[in-house]
Amino acid sequence: MLTTPEARLMGLVMGALLALAAGLASLTLGATAIAPATLVEALLAPDPSSVQHLILRTERLPRALIAAVVGASLAVAGALMQTLTRNALAAPSILGINAGAMCFVVVASSIFALRSPLALAWAAFLGAFVAALLVALLGRGRDGGFSPVRVVLGGVAVTALFVSLAQGLLVIDQEGFESLLLWLAGSVAGRGLDMLLSLLPFFLVAAGVCLMLVRQLNLLVLDDEVVKGLGQRTARVKLLAGVAVIVLAGGSVALAGLIGFVGLIVPHMVRALFGRDHRWVLPGCALLGAGLLLAADTLARLLMPPQEVPVGVMTALLGTPFFLHLARRRSFTP
Amino acid sequence: MSSAVVVRLAGGRLSLRFERRAFAVTLVLAVALAASALASLSLGSQMTSPEAVLEALVVPQRSDIALIVHEIRLPRVVLAILVGACLGVAGLLLQGLVRNPLASPDVIGITGGASLAAVSFLALGGAALGEAWLPMAALSGALLVAMAIIALTGRGVTPARLVLIGIGMAAALGAGTMLVLVLSPDTTAMQAYVWLTGSLYGAQWREVAGLAPWALVGLPLALVFARRLDALALGDELAVGLGTALQGSRMALLLLAVALAGAAVAFAGGLSFVGLLAPHIARRLVACRHTGLVPASAMIGALIVLYADLLGRIAFLPRDLPAGIFIAGIGAPFFIYLLHRWRS
Repeated sequence: MLTTPEARLMGLVMGALLALAAGLASLTLGATAIAPATLVEALLAPDPSSVQHLILRTERLPRALIAAVVGASLAVAGALMQTLTRNALAAPSILGINAGAMCFVVVASSIFALRSPLALAWAAFLGAFVAALLVALLGRGRDGGFSPVRVVLGGVAVTALFVSLAQGLLVIDQEGFESLLLWLAGSVAGRGLDMLLSLLPFFLVAAGVCLMLVRQLNLLVLDDEVVKGLGQRTARVKLLAGVAVIVLAGGSVALAGLIGFVGLIVPHMVRALFGRDHRWVLPGCALLGAGLLLAADTLARLLMPPQEVPVGVMTALLGTPFFLHLARRRSFTP
Repeated sequence: MSSAVVVRLAGGRLSLRFERRAFAVTLVLAVALAASALASLSLGSQMTSPEAVLEALVVPQRSDIALIVHEIRLPRVVLAILVGACLGVAGLLLQGLVRNPLASPDVIGITGGASLAAVSFLALGGAALGEAWLPMAALSGALLVAMAIIALTGRGVTPARLVLIGIGMAAALGAGTMLVLVLSPDTTAMQAYVWLTGSLYGAQWREVAGLAPWALVGLPLALVFARRLDALALGDELAVGLGTALQGSRMALLLLAVALAGAAVAFAGGLSFVGLLAPHIARRLVACRHTGLVPASAMIGALIVLYADLLGRIAFLPRDLPAGIFIAGIGAPFFIYLLHRWRS
């Protein structure tokens, strides 16, 4: 573990370098390999007649940026949720937040025929909010605290609820099904920059809220009694952190569909490196989350060409052993 | 103890004790089930009167709708009843086992295992092999998952671990199912998706014959094992104190639940919520020990699937929608209500 501020700073720099390397791999590798030199050229002096430049600017670059933003958002959302629920198993995908957002997007697009990115994003936020509310309602034990198994079960129940509702809608609306299938499985492919740009303000606001909260978040790790004794009120912090989770997870779903386990794995890795201080954990999560999703997406593209494995499937397959390992532990505190 | 009915079997070596109330509720449910089955038999794209249906059932030679009733509607109704009963009882067993009212075959990955196996079967062109093999694939998927869950849980089968590991498995299996769906051609994907939602469309006697043995063996076994759930409900220490073999009981109950749920899913697809809802409704109606809850859960599960299938058949004529949609649509609000009650 990195203990001194210098070592932690170095850790963050390393994380940034890793994310950059993954981004570079994501931009250059694929059905057509592109040399790094061409990459620089395409970014600085685009040549409209070059196919490689076209691929880079219209396909690879949006894809890499979306993967980075979604990975970072999901990881930070996972870290916040683990702190809020004091549960090592919490993550947007496991507690049903992603499924809620997904279901509302399906409803918005198949019943209300909404297509604009902003409308779908609001649908996703609303879905994430409803799911979070349900899980919070379900996860609270009689003593008012969140019991780990109860929260996870509540999340699974909420996921089952939203997934089966969405499934039903998609079976009725078969044309919608074919266009949504890839998105449902979780994919950062085939999205334009406009979608990302219209959602970017939300992500930035959520990031700002997180930065504002880092110190207060550290208090949430303590016992409620201790916090009260210190004369701190946590209701506002919890509320704001909850809003950040909803925006980050909902926005990610609107952009890339159901991508699970990033929010589970990354915070654990980061805490193992940086300890529990949110001033380091949150930036670490953002960098490593972006790096992980970029790497997973690149791998998903290379695994069985010409078919693409949805990146959501990749992360789930990577994340399950990790989840099982956590579930077999004796204690569930993060 | 005057308020109980005791059934003694095998020369008194096996006795089942039903509270009076459970007995009465079961009788009422049985009547409701029979009436609903009759209604379901007479409704459809060709409406028929219940009398005509009864006539077709009793004396098929004299009836001109005998073909519709015997070959199309009856197998579907019987399959719906069997599937619902199996899922309801499987849910009851799991909820008692995990001591958590939110456990159900879909939550701990049993349905997921069956789904992945079935979808892979369809995608790998298994349909050419004969559709009779699809249930076998699904059932072996469910059993494999159960074995994996048991292996991963290790020697100490604690409820919390069992359910968490099941959840992890369910997530991985869901991802695998998605992968197969995305990689397969559109028509197969849609076919598989309809299967995942749960549908009794085109049910035939062959399927009924496939599921019946599982139901006929599994449901009575559940009745016998149910009293162990009463002991488990008291907590591990008291259960051991009462002479319950804790791990053995849990293992047996888990396997029984898997067999019931796996068989049902194998023949009807991934019907969710039945295993969750039926035991809850049964508990609300009966409020007694598990022995009385088994028949009640079975019948309520059967009623749920029967009505969902009926709705799917006649609500959007001429389209025949998967029953799973309606179970989810009606089950979801009810489920939220249940969760609300559970908290207070």
